[in-house]
Amino acid sequence: MLEVVNIHKTYEGQPLLTGVSFAVARGETVCLLGPSGSGKSTLLRIVAGLEEAEEGRVYWEGEDITHVPPHRRRMGMVFQDYALFPHLTVAENVAFGLRMQGWSPQDQRARVREVLERVRLSGFENRRVTDLSGGEQQRVALARALAPRPHVLMLDEPLGALDRALREELLEELRGILRASDVAAIYVTHDQEEAAAVADRILILHGGKIVREGTPFEVWNDPGSLWVARFLGVGNILFGECRPGSGSPALKTPLGVFPLSCPHCHEPGTRIAAILRPSAVEESADGEIRSRVADVLFQREHFRVSLENGLYVFFPRAPQIGETVALRLRAPLQCVGE
Amino acid sequence: MANPSPKRRARERAASLLALPATLFLAVFFVLPLARILLYALDGRLLLQADTWERVGRALGFTVYQAALSTLLTLVVGVPLAFLFARYEFPGKRLWRALLAVPFMLPTVVVAAGFNAFLGDRGWLNLTLMRLLGLGAPPVRFTGTLTAILVAHVFYNTTLVVRLLAHALEHLDPHLEQAARMLGADGGKVLRHVTLPLLRPSLLAATALVFLFDFTSFGVILLLGGPTFATLEVEIYVQGMHLLNLPLAALLSVVQLLCTAALSSLYSHLLPRIVTPFSLRPAEANLRAPRRWGEKLFLLSSLALLVALFLVPMTSVPFRSVARLEAARGERGEVRYGLTADYYRELFLNRRSSLFYVPPLAAARNSLAYALATVLLSMALGTPAAIALARRGQVARTLDALFMLPLGASAVTLGLGFLMVFRRAVTSPWLVPLAHTLIALPLVIRTLQPALASIPPRLQEAARVLGASPWRAWWTVEWPILWRASLAAATFAFTVSLGEFGATLLLARPEYPTLPVAIYRFLSQPGGLNYGQAMAMTTILMAFTTGGILLIERLRPPASTEF
Repeated sequence: MLEVVNIHKTYEGQPLLTGVSFAVARGETVCLLGPSGSGKSTLLRIVAGLEEAEEGRVYWEGEDITHVPPHRRRMGMVFQDYALFPHLTVAENVAFGLRMQGWSPQDQRARVREVLERVRLSGFENRRVTDLSGGEQQRVALARALAPRPHVLMLDEPLGALDRALREELLEELRGILRASDVAAIYVTHDQEEAAAVADRILILHGGKIVREGTPFEVWNDPGSLWVARFLGVGNILFGECRPGSGSPALKTPLGVFPLSCPHCHEPGTRIAAILRPSAVEESADGEIRSRVADVLFQREHFRVSLENGLYVFFPRAPQIGETVALRLRAPLQCVGE
Repeated sequence: MANPSPKRRARERAASLLALPATLFLAVFFVLPLARILLYALDGRLLLQADTWERVGRALGFTVYQAALSTLLTLVVGVPLAFLFARYEFPGKRLWRALLAVPFMLPTVVVAAGFNAFLGDRGWLNLTLMRLLGLGAPPVRFTGTLTAILVAHVFYNTTLVVRLLAHALEHLDPHLEQAARMLGADGGKVLRHVTLPLLRPSLLAATALVFLFDFTSFGVILLLGGPTFATLEVEIYVQGMHLLNLPLAALLSVVQLLCTAALSSLYSHLLPRIVTPFSLRPAEANLRAPRRWGEKLFLLSSLALLVALFLVPMTSVPFRSVARLEAARGERGEVRYGLTADYYRELFLNRRSSLFYVPPLAAARNSLAYALATVLLSMALGTPAAIALARRGQVARTLDALFMLPLGASAVTLGLGFLMVFRRAVTSPWLVPLAHTLIALPLVIRTLQPALASIPPRLQEAARVLGASPWRAWWTVEWPILWRASLAAATFAFTVSLGEFGATLLLARPEYPTLPVAIYRFLSQPGGLNYGQAMAMTTILMAFTTGGILLIERLRPPASTEF
């Protein structure tokens, strides 16, 4: 198990990481998700040993490796720009780590064949890496990182430079490869769909700390804070006063009073923020929310309807722009804190 | 375009007419002398003599030997400096880099005088040691040794290694080295398996270029080593001028030309491969301040080397030109040590009534006149030629190769060819500026042509569409680009002429010496006064050329500061 404890790091005088701790088990894939500039890549580089933290420790299977240089950590890294050695062939790139570890030429050849097969690049051994397409280069980078059987595999925005179709295809392959290997993987991305697709567990990094941790399902369904809710874009954010209702609490907002599901206990009258999910409404003649339609956008499985009162909702049909619609809430608003 | 339209072809033909004056000039003053050298060399009697080939072989052998040794030393100094400049951020970095770049364009006499003033028998180090230790002879033997030649070559060419290599290093993707470390390579293995293989084309190109310069070096070898160090270049001069064995001098020139042609084609073969096929990084991505004590030690020792090898020799000349450290000739009794303006004052006096004595002031006047003539001639020939070259096309490419040819011939060879062709006009003061023009012309064209080519024709059209008259369009669009390039090219020609030594030494009449020739004469004469005057003249020459170099650097468009 990889354990990262209380990492602190400043960048150009500004605190970047202020006490980050997390753990990754063997065979688990953890996604570091955060906006650009949140320090995801720096955190990854600290774990890899390419950068030093001002404070904090890194452990592998209980052993302190904080000051072990990167070439003796047995970690693999896939860079966003792949960083393939342009003067070596595909096979030589993949064998590089094996050569550094002193494998015999026969063992190197066997392992290279095996790994290239796994990333579906058999027969590419003697190609020049500069002649490969982006997706092929990405696979060579993955094969090169996996070949020496690293304890920890780190992927820094590995699909960031690819177009959407290729990204989805490779994402699926990547999941299969990661699941089949026994490696503890850390995957850095700013794309939440990518994170949801690949991660066993998501860590959201914000303001130098991990602000939310859980499976993709947990994090999506319960962001836990206003910032995470906004970052993930889970739905409309409504502000209002908390009111103890009859049996269950309610939120008084400029749009009306709505039932509230809330794990916390707020004083009556406290200003809180709550999520109104765009799929949690339905059209109903006696609906309490009435507004004119400002814009309609087709999104494959539904229409995204923007209303003049500032909300957006998902509809199964396409209303006319300018038409007044009446909506009813199917589920209570979800409190995300004060 | 496979089939250019007749109109386009006519325009191309008209453009190539602009290159006619320069082409004629090259035919008369370059091709003809070379042909004459070749004819002289094809002397049956000479070619069949056994000791001819022994002499050529000995000169060639020593030339290769000293050039190889110099190149090796230059790499030993230059490669770590390239890493320093490409990888670390430290105070005054731009200044240090400029310090490294200045020597490359300094005249050879200035460089030779610099090392002489520092480490020579009458340099300040030896004179100070003699005085402090009460020695009768200079304790440091430098001038007249192979070491002096090697050190001066390192001084000259380190900047080439640093420029070529640092450029490649700065733009190397830092992720490549990090990827290697993640895959289990320690620092040494990263260097051996990743960094150096990626730098190989740049390293080879730098080696070829430095070797080429060391191979054809003349002034440094003659001035610091003396005529006993007979490289091909020195031997051409000695055979041609002192022993008047023109056929042998011509044969040596031909051997020299063949070697430089081979070396430059090797270099131009390597050059395109320097343009690396992988993604280039902005230079800042690889930079950081030295942190570990080993890095700090590296920085400090490199800067100390820069001071000792580059700053001290260059500052020794002005220092020595105002410091009295030894007795003047004929002076008796106590030597008066201290600062003095005598050496400068003496430049204006003619103390000797010798017929062949030329006062330094006259030499400076000659230099200035030659330099101005060179500027006028090379600009008059170079500007239309550069305009012709700026139009792309097959004709332009052929002309371009033609105009760069004189760069491949050494100055002494050019001088020798002039002597052979214009034997009857050898008293004419025009030979020197003509030879200087031949050397300056490729540089003038190379400076003007990119500026001319950078003016997009659309710009003129856009200005016209916006309502500007043709004259106004030219004035607002082309002139601002052109005047900088023209001034830079003119300064280039001026600086080259001012410092030129090899060809001038062969061509200058004894009564019309230039500053470099006068410095050479004064340096080899005994007495503190002569030495001091040589230093004073060198200081003046240095001030002019350094000013010229700085002006050229300022005028260059910002994009081309690295090559």
